Amino acid sequence: MAETARKPRLGVWKFASCDGCQLSLLDCEDELLAVAGAVDIAYFPEATRGDVKGRYDLALVEGSITTPHDAERIRDVRRWARTLVTIGACATAGGIQALRNFADVAEYAAVVYARPDYIDTLATSTPIAEHVPVDFELRGCPISKHQLVEVIAAFLAGRRPVTPAHSVCVECKLRGNVCVTVAHGTPCLGPVTHAGCNALCPSYDRGCYGCYGPKETPNPAALGDKLQEQGMDADALRRVYRTFNAAAPAFREESERHGP
Amino acid sequence: MARKTIKVDYMARVEGEGALKVVVRDGKVQSAALSIFEPPRFFEALLRGRAFSEAPDITARICGICPVAYQMSAVHAMENALGVAVDGPLRDLRRLLYCGEWIESHGLHVYMLHAPDFLGYDSAIHMAKDHGDVVRRGLDLKKVGNEILTAVGGREIHPINVKVGGFYKVPRRRDLQHLAERLKGARDAALETVRWVAGFDIPDRERDYTFVALRHPDEYPFNEGRIVSNRGLDIAAAEYDAHFQEIHVRHSTALQSRMRADGSAYLVGPLARYSLNFDRLSPLARQAAREAGLGSTCRNPYQSIVVRAVETLYACDEALRIIESYREPDAPAVPVEPRAATGYAATGHGATEAPRGLLYHRYRLEADGSIADALIVPPTSQNQASIEEDLASYVESFLDLPDEALQHRCEQTVRNYDPCISCATHFLRLDMDRE
Repeated sequence: MAETARKPRLGVWKFASCDGCQLSLLDCEDELLAVAGAVDIAYFPEATRGDVKGRYDLALVEGSITTPHDAERIRDVRRWARTLVTIGACATAGGIQALRNFADVAEYAAVVYARPDYIDTLATSTPIAEHVPVDFELRGCPISKHQLVEVIAAFLAGRRPVTPAHSVCVECKLRGNVCVTVAHGTPCLGPVTHAGCNALCPSYDRGCYGCYGPKETPNPAALGDKLQEQGMDADALRRVYRTFNAAAPAFREESERHGP
Repeated sequence: MARKTIKVDYMARVEGEGALKVVVRDGKVQSAALSIFEPPRFFEALLRGRAFSEAPDITARICGICPVAYQMSAVHAMENALGVAVDGPLRDLRRLLYCGEWIESHGLHVYMLHAPDFLGYDSAIHMAKDHGDVVRRGLDLKKVGNEILTAVGGREIHPINVKVGGFYKVPRRRDLQHLAERLKGARDAALETVRWVAGFDIPDRERDYTFVALRHPDEYPFNEGRIVSNRGLDIAAAEYDAHFQEIHVRHSTALQSRMRADGSAYLVGPLARYSLNFDRLSPLARQAAREAGLGSTCRNPYQSIVVRAVETLYACDEALRIIESYREPDAPAVPVEPRAATGYAATGHGATEAPRGLLYHRYRLEADGSIADALIVPPTSQNQASIEEDLASYVESFLDLPDEALQHRCEQTVRNYDPCISCATHFLRLDMDRE
């Protein structure tokens, strides 16, 4: 039957972001041509010319909403897409550009631009799910390309992607790492951070800096107290929770406990 | 007279969002404007109040395609401010990491983004149907770049291992050995790439550009050198601001850079780097460039794809040299402290060669090491004025083409620069208005 033989149509959209998460798809050097064989990559402006028109079976959305125009554009993408998956910290938590949420965006624009009146921007950077229903969120700054392939494979098989919601700590244990906090007193956000990177920073003798955002049911306040015992002052505590997932509620609330 | 409008809503195969408007009257290009509508993210504002040590991780997020460039300009600017020098194996490892980014980024642009223009495909994926082996060669070359980034930086995009003063953990010598074998294959693939792209049907167009790039006494430039031009400029990074200025134009969320002295446009990136540093390439890269028909200067932006291939070959060669001579350092980083003890603030400058060209960072630090203000000038901002001038000057000679082919040619003219709009937001809809 012609209908069932049709390959699913994939589209990739970008909002405010660094392009890194969609680059993850092009970084799947071993899988890219297989993915292109299994799905019709109908819209992916970073990689191909082509028209946006039509319906999509899977929309991958990168970036956060920071302009009035983008707040409208995401509604169109939602209307065209059967399944909408957000990829990366910008799309799932507002990204580093959400630091404006704690500041005065007009002052920000005046610092960067000679003519702030040319700039049309919202006061906040917000995740896609605050604007339209999202079917699945893939975390990370950047996302893991292995998890991206898993999301696409799961979509093609009609199942939920397997992307564990436990903490980076669990990944460290699975990897057999010595705990950087216990052994070296290095401040580490591993206990509250979503898995997916395979405990990358601790494997490089560095504390986790939370680029995958909060895990399911984290306790950032308890970790905040521990970090304070290790000698972090309020300013450092506020900053450590205010990076690439600053607007994720669990990290935002804990950062606000340590100052405005 | 009938009036024609060609319009592309969103320019493809560039990194980021933008649009292009060309107005043609009586066979003359009246204006060419590159608009960047990438939403502003205000990095220079949000960096204020952060610790100097946070700059490499935060500025990496300006660009997912060239995060190492941002990390390198940031660490050099901070080390300049704090009076720290990083030498020996740590310096070599930084250079190796940069080789990885050049191989990955140039491989991406040559094979995935630019070659389809020359061969008449919408994308590398479409191209793969007819040229499967070539696309697979490109993907494997790009992958070797990513393997270097992973081995030294921890991961391909937004590496986690770079810090002011060096690294968190340095690779063991044996960890790099398997890369040597991979790089020998990549060097062969890069050489084949030079020969492949040199055979493309390349338009013969030249302009007398002002080239600006780093120049180092004995290396093809990545991390260090003086900022020089083909018009006699020869300055330290700290003098950048005195010679270049950023201008805000209404049609773009990206600032445009021009020479401060006369407001003229200048060009950074592969053409400039190559033309100012041909004698610093490895013998193999120089020979490949000669065989590909390049002189020691290249003023044809449509040949930039050949120059990128030559630079990819160089990066493979250089990465091999570094790996073969690598000795593990005693410590993964040199200690860096804010100047609180001495109680004075400091300003630091860093200029390094991103795959797309010169990337300048300047930070003023408070005595406690926090950032008081930041200035970041990405390569695409610096190239914007040149891109507009190229369009204005070259499009006229293509006006006999049918609309669709002309539009394609305009897009190709922009892609010559591998513009990274995410970086420059501070891209591309084509709006061609001609009679």
